[in-house]
Amino acid sequence: MSALEISNLNVWFGDGPDRVDAVKGASFAVAQGESFGLVGESGSGKSTILRAMTGLAPTWSGDITVEGTSLTGAKRDKGFFRTVQMVFQDPYASLHPRHTVDQVLSETLQLHGINDIDTRVETLLEDVGLGRRFRFRYPHQLSGGQRQRVAIARALAGEPDILLLDEPTSALDVSVQAEILNLLTDLRAEHGLTYLMVSHDLAVIAHMCDRLAVMRHGEIIEIMDAATLRAGQPAHEYSQDLLGASTAP
Amino acid sequence: MSLLGVENLWVKFPTRQGVFDAVRGVSFSLGQERLGIVGESGSGKSMTGRAILRLIRNPGIVEADHINLEGKNLLDMSERAMRDVRGKQISMVMQDPKFSLNPVTTVGAQIIEAYRQHNRVSKAEAHKKALEMLEAVSIRDPERVMRAYPHEVSGGMGQRIMIAMMLIPDPKILIADEPTSALDVSVQRQVLNIMDGLVKERGMGLIFISHDLNLVSEFCDRVLIMYSGRIVEVCDADKLHEAKHPYTRGLLDSLPRLDQEETHLSVLNRDPAWSDTESVRG
Amino acid sequence: MTDMTLRQWLLTDAPTSRRHARLASFYKGWLSLRSNSMAMFGLGILVVLVLAAALAPLLAPHDPFAQDLANRLQPLGSEGHILGTDSLGRDILSRLIYGARITLYIVALVALIAPAAGLLVGTVAGYAGGWVDIVMMRITDIFLAFPRLVLALAFVAALGAGIENAVLAISLTAWPPYARMARAETLTIRSSDYINAVRLQGAGPIRIITKHIWPLCISSLIVRVTLDMAGIILAAAGLGFLGLGAQPPSPEWGAMISEGRRFILDHWWVATVPGLAIFTVSLAFNLLGDGLRDVLDPKEGGQ
Repeated sequence: MSALEISNLNVWFGDGPDRVDAVKGASFAVAQGESFGLVGESGSGKSTILRAMTGLAPTWSGDITVEGTSLTGAKRDKGFFRTVQMVFQDPYASLHPRHTVDQVLSETLQLHGINDIDTRVETLLEDVGLGRRFRFRYPHQLSGGQRQRVAIARALAGEPDILLLDEPTSALDVSVQAEILNLLTDLRAEHGLTYLMVSHDLAVIAHMCDRLAVMRHGEIIEIMDAATLRAGQPAHEYSQDLLGASTAP
Repeated sequence: MSLLGVENLWVKFPTRQGVFDAVRGVSFSLGQERLGIVGESGSGKSMTGRAILRLIRNPGIVEADHINLEGKNLLDMSERAMRDVRGKQISMVMQDPKFSLNPVTTVGAQIIEAYRQHNRVSKAEAHKKALEMLEAVSIRDPERVMRAYPHEVSGGMGQRIMIAMMLIPDPKILIADEPTSALDVSVQRQVLNIMDGLVKERGMGLIFISHDLNLVSEFCDRVLIMYSGRIVEVCDADKLHEAKHPYTRGLLDSLPRLDQEETHLSVLNRDPAWSDTESVRG
Repeated sequence: MTDMTLRQWLLTDAPTSRRHARLASFYKGWLSLRSNSMAMFGLGILVVLVLAAALAPLLAPHDPFAQDLANRLQPLGSEGHILGTDSLGRDILSRLIYGARITLYIVALVALIAPAAGLLVGTVAGYAGGWVDIVMMRITDIFLAFPRLVLALAFVAALGAGIENAVLAISLTAWPPYARMARAETLTIRSSDYINAVRLQGAGPIRIITKHIWPLCISSLIVRVTLDMAGIILAAAGLGFLGLGAQPPSPEWGAMISEGRRFILDHWWVATVPGLAIFTVSLAFNLLGDGLRDVLDPKEGGQ
């Protein structure tokens, strides 16, 4: 069974003459335990797919199936949030400026109805490579990489099966990016997670994902293996161009 | 000939925990060349660029033995004289064009105004010049762009407009602070190629500040690598991939690569000694 | 831990408990407020005011209500009456000190009611959006459109004169600006990633509004309230002056001016002294508000 199946997905914003079609007829499936990438330039609709899944983009049509359950509209139930979690692009914007790490994680655990919050917070911090000394810090007392680790810990708190990663490292320095990508690789192996990762960086996607879809103007133009990408053999001309632009001569 | 000479530059910010040194004793000179400054966030690369133009906001302090622009020390100049230097002799292109253009005026009006500030010409003349300049930065339909408001143009277009505006007074030096990080890869190269061509054509000096090692090695002649406020290594851009300093090596190695597969990326182990060694002269 | 001074403990970057984290961030705010000398000046005046109100029976040289018609309208600096006496021979200084209690009472009540109402209306309207937003904001607009004092007058006229009714009337006219402000802030906060993130944990709207949006709105509301305090004191004084607020013989400052008005040409101090008191306290609140804005503004947070 696929962990995630999307078929003929359309997402739009606005109405009438202002209507913008952000995603047009996208279809793909992600197997259990697989890591799948969505690549494209800004405005290609790659992040919008994640937002439609999580209910943050309410106007969509088509089918989204998560572990066999079909989704409708913008409302998601508790079960969905225990299965699917998301890590946002900008760690500077995804943590509440007035909440300590402890507050962020305890609240999340509480919302998922998990008892024994004190020990769980410490294990979560341990899991993402932050010691307990980070527990009572405010976001402004953390570096970008540390914040993203907290955001990942928050996503993991409810022990989800599927993690949606929206450009998780594009706001970070390359050395920190390497640390976060390694962390994500380890977490996937440890917890048997399924990843759906969005990025504009082909090298990051090739490193992290088994398969990927290339998007342009809201459409998926090609789905291929990471190996095909590495070999420089995408079928579509646009994918070739993207590849050309991201490899230094 | 050296256009700009910076000697022992410090940028300091007083905080409650003591003085924080963002830039610690950096010296370099710039000729008619493309000089790249790379480093991670917090390495002081942007502060260096801003300090040259004395654009460090209070309570920050800029100190240096001298910042010489063709023999004149910028640190001795009055704020008034500095304003003259800022548009006419040294121009700066910032990261996000959205914040650099006035949102309530058309692009054309802004270019014309900028042009007329530096040259006494009629409006019609300035309009013609503005069109020429937009053509120079490879904008295909300059008439339409002139009438557009900043929010109606794309990021790449906006950045090209900014470059056009910065080049109006014919500056001797262009400081570009992450000019393309907000842009898509395909547009990035276009913008850089345009900037590159103009700089070469006019014999200007370019300081290109970026976190992207590949981009810098491709578009510059010489590269300064900064770490915690100091220059740790200077090398020719085309030899960046043979850099020796462990920090530079670490940065290069931590990039995921398309040509080889690995389960884990190598992680940069920071040696505290790096920030204690003296700054290298660039 | 033992070789750490209290100051170091408070300035740490790595707090060890919830309480420690809260104290440390509070201390840092206090430090930056302390570095603003004007704000500290304002705070100083307010501390003096609170102390005066609390210790009024000890500080006041005379009974504020004791009339002495033989000693009426004594000038400033006369024996036993440093600030003179009013038309009924009551000591003005004593009345000012006791009047501080009434002023503080009014200010405190309004400062509790108006921002709370505004915060509730504004955040709910901003977060809910749609027709809830439209209805709530139109009601706000209606209140905003009335001249403040006239609306307060109408309320007092309907409810009867007295301090409590004056407070209620002022609060009713003071909440709409807070609602607008809270709504504007909510609109920007609502679409931020940290709100999206907590929504993805399954948090409901009540939790999001109270635990995530309120803490961010409250700081700017506090600033706005302190800046508005001056206006509130003046409005209360205005109602007192018109005879619709505190009733004689209560030593409310506005009522004192009102009484002194009859002698303003010959015995100017009777009206001027309470006027100066209102002015000083208003100024103090303004200065403190300005300082608090620098400390509490979330956009500056952390620096």
